[in-house]
Amino acid sequence: MQGDANDRELEHSFLRRIGEEQKIEPKDWMPEAYRQSLLRQISQHAHSEVIGMQPEGNYLTRAPSLRRKAVLLAKVQDEAGHGLYLYSAAETLGTPRSEMIAALQSGAAKYASIFNYPAQTWGDVGAIGWLVDGAAIVNQVSLQRTSYGPYARGMVRICKEESFHQRQGYEIMLMLAQGSAAQRRMAQDSLNRFYWPALMMFGPTDSASAHSARAMQWKIKRETNDELRQKFIDQTVPQIEFLGLQHPDPEICWNAERNHYDHGEIDWDEFYAVINGNGHCNRQRLAHHIRAHRAGAWVRDAVAAHQQKLAQRTAAAT
Amino acid sequence: MSEDDLQQATLELALRLGDDALVLGQRLSEWVSNAPYLEEDIACANVALDFIGRARMYYGYAAELAADGRCEDDFAYLRSEREFHNYLILELPRGDFAFTQVRQLLVDLYNSGFLAQLCRSRDATLAAIAAKAMKETRYHLRRSREWVVRLGDGTEESKRRTQQALEELWGYTHELFEPDTLEQQLAQAGIGVDTRMLKAHWQQELEALAREAGLHLPQNDWAVRGGRTGYHTENLGHLLMELQSIHRAYPGCQW
Repeated sequence: MQGDANDRELEHSFLRRIGEEQKIEPKDWMPEAYRQSLLRQISQHAHSEVIGMQPEGNYLTRAPSLRRKAVLLAKVQDEAGHGLYLYSAAETLGTPRSEMIAALQSGAAKYASIFNYPAQTWGDVGAIGWLVDGAAIVNQVSLQRTSYGPYARGMVRICKEESFHQRQGYEIMLMLAQGSAAQRRMAQDSLNRFYWPALMMFGPTDSASAHSARAMQWKIKRETNDELRQKFIDQTVPQIEFLGLQHPDPEICWNAERNHYDHGEIDWDEFYAVINGNGHCNRQRLAHHIRAHRAGAWVRDAVAAHQQKLAQRTAAAT
Repeated sequence: MSEDDLQQATLELALRLGDDALVLGQRLSEWVSNAPYLEEDIACANVALDFIGRARMYYGYAAELAADGRCEDDFAYLRSEREFHNYLILELPRGDFAFTQVRQLLVDLYNSGFLAQLCRSRDATLAAIAAKAMKETRYHLRRSREWVVRLGDGTEESKRRTQQALEELWGYTHELFEPDTLEQQLAQAGIGVDTRMLKAHWQQELEALAREAGLHLPQNDWAVRGGRTGYHTENLGHLLMELQSIHRAYPGCQW
């Protein structure tokens, strides 16, 4: 009974701190469900950065100019860096990276479903930077105010780099849109294919979202899926206009009363189909990760053995 | 050599050095999302980026010397494998992680000697590029050195793979130290580097490092040559086909 009273008091104090916008830090008491919810979200975010290296990595060797190649290398390198910060943030919750990677590879942990769409053309590299990273930023800007300290601080840094990523993507699109007829067709085609999946990145509508309500209460999430999606829809309209491309949503229309754009229905069947394994790249992305990880096993073993030998030699010398 | 001949020869040298950097940068970039650690994805991308940056500087200078309207991308994307003059060792497929790190060690060690000399070139642009590249190479060499020691010392398997990589790469190192007439003339003119002078130190450093890593330098004396004359292995054609595919599919476009 004493224990229960204690837990209630701890939980009360935890909720008070959340209410006062204080950050929760790794050594603070937190409800187990809060820890699990964070771990799920941060590790999923980390996995998304890592799996997200594949579609763009696939163009590092083919980028159509040296400048583009250099910029894309810097960008993909950043994504790997984001994966590292996020794995580190998740490790502060008590789970080692190796366990998170095992969960990714077994399918127990998820990554953003957007990366199950194929990057087929160079235009897709532009669309991914512009729309996919653009949607991610809308979400991440909001997460800079998340209640867990290490995650919030990681987001501040990640947001700065992501805005460079979005600009490089938009710049690719701009060059294509101002280029030859074939390049303009490429840009329009990539926009058409990535626009709707980018909207789906914010997750199901609030009424259908499994984890939303409690995450909002704990201030892990600060804005709902639909609010964030609307922000993204609104900001994207003038960007499409500036490119001189056609908007992929024929129903897009300014609503002066709401002060937002009204938009067409999202195909949620497609969303769930891709999440459930029917995307073009679901199997390919995981298989790639597993193959690379296995191929590197002997290197990791060698590093461990070398460190052990060094420690033994140091011990023997003293 | 007349000033015109010297300028033409300097242009050719800038292209060769650009080709070296581009081809190795391309190979290294293949590791991104394929490395044994996430940290290595980052490191390989970082080193690849240094080489791509170097290629751009050399090609940019070549374009300036050529002064015929060609730009860096024309050199990178619109020449065929017979026109590329990179060393053969750089175009070999990336192999396993030991192969990649051993190649880096051999090349980083060579570059560190080469760039130290090129920093003193009386061609101010080449000297400036070399000074920048030297800073990067110091870091590259520290990294490849540490990896080869780690892998040589690690497990039976890592030692076997590392020794094997050394054997497979050895025959491609000879041409690094065999300057042709053009390179010798440029060295005499105080512009280029006489790479024959670099070999003794290179070999000495390598022997010391091999001892530390528990490896031995190959004794067998096979040698494959031809990079500087465009006589390549079959690997380069595939590398260029991939590198140039999009650029060539849309002729005359800006990206």
